[in-house]
Amino acid sequence: MSKNTVSDRFRKVDVDEYDENKFVDEEDGGENQGGPDEAEVDGLLRQYPSATGGPEGLGARERPGGERAELLVVKVLSSFKSSDIEKAVGSLDKAGVDLLMKYIYRGFEKPSDNSSAVLLQWHEKALAVGGVGSIVRVLTARKTV
Amino acid sequence: MSLYSFGLEPLSCHAWNKDRTQIAVSPNNNVVNIYEKKGKDWVKIHELTEHSGRITGIDWAPESNRIVTCASDRNAYVWTMKDGLWKPTLVLVRINRAATCVKWSPLENKFALGSGARLISVCYFEKENDWWLSKHIKKPIRSTILSLDWHPNNILLAAGSADLHCRVFSAYIKDIEDKPGPTAWGAKMPFGEVLLEQKDCGGWVHSVSFSPSGDQLACVTHSSSVIVVDAAQSKQVTQLTTEHLPMLSVLHVSPTELMAAGHDSCPYQFTYKGPGTLKFVKKLDIPKQTSKGSMSAMQHFRNLDKRATEDDSNELDTLHQNSITTEFFSDLPDVQHLQQLDFKVCQEKTDVLNQ
Repeated sequence: MSKNTVSDRFRKVDVDEYDENKFVDEEDGGENQGGPDEAEVDGLLRQYPSATGGPEGLGARERPGGERAELLVVKVLSSFKSSDIEKAVGSLDKAGVDLLMKYIYRGFEKPSDNSSAVLLQWHEKALAVGGVGSIVRVLTARKTV
Repeated sequence: MSLYSFGLEPLSCHAWNKDRTQIAVSPNNNVVNIYEKKGKDWVKIHELTEHSGRITGIDWAPESNRIVTCASDRNAYVWTMKDGLWKPTLVLVRINRAATCVKWSPLENKFALGSGARLISVCYFEKENDWWLSKHIKKPIRSTILSLDWHPNNILLAAGSADLHCRVFSAYIKDIEDKPGPTAWGAKMPFGEVLLEQKDCGGWVHSVSFSPSGDQLACVTHSSSVIVVDAAQSKQVTQLTTEHLPMLSVLHVSPTELMAAGHDSCPYQFTYKGPGTLKFVKKLDIPKQTSKGSMSAMQHFRNLDKRATEDDSNELDTLHQNSITTEFFSDLPDVQHLQQLDFKVCQEKTDVLNQ
């Protein structure tokens, strides 16, 4: 028989979609949260030029979403003086270090002119405090920044 | 502390007999080898070859002297010693995916088997028909079961799963046991009842362990953290994120001390004294002080050039050279055992913990 006499449309059905025990990722409704206010962050930067307020301030807000936040964070991190990075990382708590690591790796994904060098310095200091565990948490986190 | 190497293959699972004179290990294939201690060496005395798939779990019941093995061929066998040989009995676990872990209950009248079929099979022996039956716990498990641990009351079962949750189920089988009294985890315990669902532990839950009293449950996850749920304090959760690589196995060595080991190839001790007090105590592997001969300047720069590091050694400075997969606590007063992926089994004395 050279021709299929029965329809084979069943082969195109995705049966896993209909499985009632399918694993569903529990996502919070975090996608709609606004990113940090750019003006506010700029204001903070001007007020405290060698501030440790950057990553902490962002960490205090709930998971800002989107690219805007990411660019902002890289901007803030780049504005720190090399000598201040260690102090800044030291002032963060464990959750802050984990959040900082997440932003550092996000920053690595989209390198711009000088961002990689700065981010590598931050990475070195954050690694000293957070250890490989903080990097593992970047990889296993379900809620990405 | 004593150390013995079982060959070149990684040891995927192991189990000790009651007095720690024999050990059943599987060198990452479908065979279980039983070794007996003769002087300083371990001599192979039996080989259990019934499985067709890689063995994923072995447990040896100390009192009734039975071994249960489970493998990726979706089967489990219970082995009993008859006339000096181990005879297998097939267990009808009715799973359609590989089995991942197996544990005898404290009274050894049943065992729990975790599988990739997103269910736990609780198996017990039915005398009338002379076979092993199983009952399934399915809801609300959504992914592979990675680890199991029984509560001392022989009814409650903790399960860590790849769906990022850690749960406590009731595995009460009314055909073989009496109704259990209430515990700190709950009072109503019909089969399959969920008494705790610890959601979103941050990563796959690799290992779970009840404390000796059964009131605390510790778990380690793939996000390099240790979590303790305290039923005695209204199920309060304490989480400690560590800076080590993820741990694969956790064990309560005393009501307040926890031991965890994993991809860092080194056991760590933690202490828990109440909600919010989970703390790292120390690393248990004291690195051997190898005498590194003085390196010449030429060697120094050559290393820098070739490998970008000054260090010449390729070895980890821990006793185990690869990830530790499981730990076992011994009933003997002061010994505790570890085993891991690069073919070494190591016994450690717990007085090291009390320092």
